[in-house]
Amino acid sequence: MKGAEALLKALEREGVEVIFGHPGGAIMPTYDALYDSPLRHILVRHEQGGVHAATGYARASGRVGVVMATSGPGALNLVTGLADAMMDSTPVVAITGNVPRALIGTDAFQEADVTGVTMPITKHNYLVQDVNDLPRIVKEAFHIASTGRPGPVLIDIPKDVQLAEFTGELDAKLDLPGYKPTLKGHPKQIERALDALEKAERPVLMVGGGAQHAHAELLAFAEKTGLPVITTLMGLGAFPGNHPLWLGMPGMHGTVAANRAIHHADVILALGLRFDDRVTGKVSRFAPHAHTIIHVDIDPAEIGKVVRTHIPIVGDSRLVLKEMLKGAKPLRLAAWWRELEEWRTRYPLRIKPKPHLQSQEVIRAFHEATGGNAIVTTGVGQHQMFAAQFFPVTRPRSFLTSGGLGTMGVGLPFAIGAQIARPGELVLDFDGDGSFQMTLQELATVVKYKLPVKVVILNNGYLGMVRQWQDLFHARRYSEVYLADSNPDFARLAEAYGLKGVRVERKEDLRRGVEAVLNADGPVVAEFKVYHEEGVFPMIPAGGAAEDMIVEDPREKEEVGA
Amino acid sequence: MRHIISVLVQDHPRVLNRITGLFARRGFNLESLAVGTTHQPGLSRISLVVSGDDRTLEQVEKQLNRLIEVLKVTDHTEPHVERELCLVKVHVGGLEERLAVKDIQEAFRARVVDVAHKSLILELTGDSKKVDSFVEALRPYGILEVMRTGAVAMSRGERVLKLREKKEAV
Repeated sequence: MKGAEALLKALEREGVEVIFGHPGGAIMPTYDALYDSPLRHILVRHEQGGVHAATGYARASGRVGVVMATSGPGALNLVTGLADAMMDSTPVVAITGNVPRALIGTDAFQEADVTGVTMPITKHNYLVQDVNDLPRIVKEAFHIASTGRPGPVLIDIPKDVQLAEFTGELDAKLDLPGYKPTLKGHPKQIERALDALEKAERPVLMVGGGAQHAHAELLAFAEKTGLPVITTLMGLGAFPGNHPLWLGMPGMHGTVAANRAIHHADVILALGLRFDDRVTGKVSRFAPHAHTIIHVDIDPAEIGKVVRTHIPIVGDSRLVLKEMLKGAKPLRLAAWWRELEEWRTRYPLRIKPKPHLQSQEVIRAFHEATGGNAIVTTGVGQHQMFAAQFFPVTRPRSFLTSGGLGTMGVGLPFAIGAQIARPGELVLDFDGDGSFQMTLQELATVVKYKLPVKVVILNNGYLGMVRQWQDLFHARRYSEVYLADSNPDFARLAEAYGLKGVRVERKEDLRRGVEAVLNADGPVVAEFKVYHEEGVFPMIPAGGAAEDMIVEDPREKEEVGA
Repeated sequence: MRHIISVLVQDHPRVLNRITGLFARRGFNLESLAVGTTHQPGLSRISLVVSGDDRTLEQVEKQLNRLIEVLKVTDHTEPHVERELCLVKVHVGGLEERLAVKDIQEAFRARVVDVAHKSLILELTGDSKKVDSFVEALRPYGILEVMRTGAVAMSRGERVLKLREKKEAV
């Protein structure tokens, strides 16, 4: 058996069913072995599409996503996707070919120091030197990727190692003496946390992406205590977006209620989140009244990294919640809820009636038509924030977006991965005209595998988020953000790829357009021409605090102090 | 504040790269780094001299611990022995200078490890402050080369740097 075959067998043993990838010279022996393997391979058109698809697959399924690429350019095309998976703690295993061992370091054709390049953007990486190490390395890679704080792991395999005769054992043991994530929270700390919550007058529960797998415990805990729940962008879906305890998303484009709740809170229970600057704003002014911040995270390095933590709990959010649930009591929060309710009803997310079609209306129309029953993926930009605001998801792993890295172009490949992970479900990609054009070649993948994803492009003819910032902070000097003069006709582009294309330009055609998308049998690319100068509000300017929140477009000014 | 940190690592290829990369990437200030093998095959020990406030040091430790190949990290705040090896090649013109350098050598308990017509190589071990003073004392005579290894440290008494005991099923 060759190394390549041993590799695929080791992948099978990890329960891998699907690999996203693109072949090339240095990974050819593995593709050759794949020819006889039961593993399903999804051929993408660009390695970046492959790694994002694997990420989407992982995020939608909770399993490890696998991507494969060749050496040099192929592997380097994974870089953005690996960084994205790293920032959003997604379990991905990337397998790359490399030049034969004898050529490593000689600047050989298609050679790059991929383990060197990916060191800061992977949880761990390997350069396989001995073919017989393959089963152990594969096992370790999957273990590292999927346990503790999940993340991407890369395995770089020289071509001659793939071709070498494998004489080892497929049964391998982990050899990771330095890797032992702490899963169970410290009982004393949990007790202190419960005590702090009980004494709190204005507590809030902030939930991040690290609690997506803890949704059942989270729901039970919130309902038992009656705590108001705030979910970050990465936490959307971890708690049902239609639940009366839910206040929405915090941070730069969060709801007034969520941001005010944090601003006035005396005790904050933060669960599986890392206090990103888009959530905290200016850290010195974040949660100024909170005398106790309880931070639960599986990664000890996250605790105290950004905000001062008074009760640190290192552990898996699900196991910690399970323990907390045992001692949780209904909290007396009637007065607090009256305030929260007031903010919530006074400042809901609004769509101001305007004569032209607006992105928010399109998203809301899809939400109504589907009853929120879809897996949503997004690109990055205004449409992403609008989707987060106007498509509240109710189930975990159903809002897939690039939170930490803010990677434009993830929408379509995320949708591909999600559709493969959850084939029976409706997958909706809300994309921007700018974002979509970063990976649109993956439409070919959609066609090839007959994936019924629905791509909804909110076309405002601009790099809308940049335009919005130029509008607010650069005296409306719209430097290099105009796309409308050179955008393709997206519906015709879809047809060129062999998918159904839909175009909606007028407000009165909105409903018909939504139906055309949802009733279509297979994949659709729908272009909704939306108002070109829309802004995302509420907004806390970068480096600002909750008090600096701008609720509406300054052109129709309303500012809200916290 | 200056801290000396010992790190026990698996001696895999690139492990040093991971550590120095971590310092560069997170903006931690690394003053010196010394590496060597241990009595246990497969394990190396790294001594780092780092400066920063408590919060930075806490992050340095935590981020080092995140690396898969790092087995144990200790910030030597407890009584410990700190040593650095230094070689100095110093210019000696005449007999008078040679005698003066010899006085310094004796005062610091340094050793002469190479004698040439116009130069000497002196070897000194001691903590970094002692090495600093030694180099300063020799400076007026014309230092030709200085080579310092960076500090290494070891806790006094029974305390040892070994594999993390705590085991938890994952």
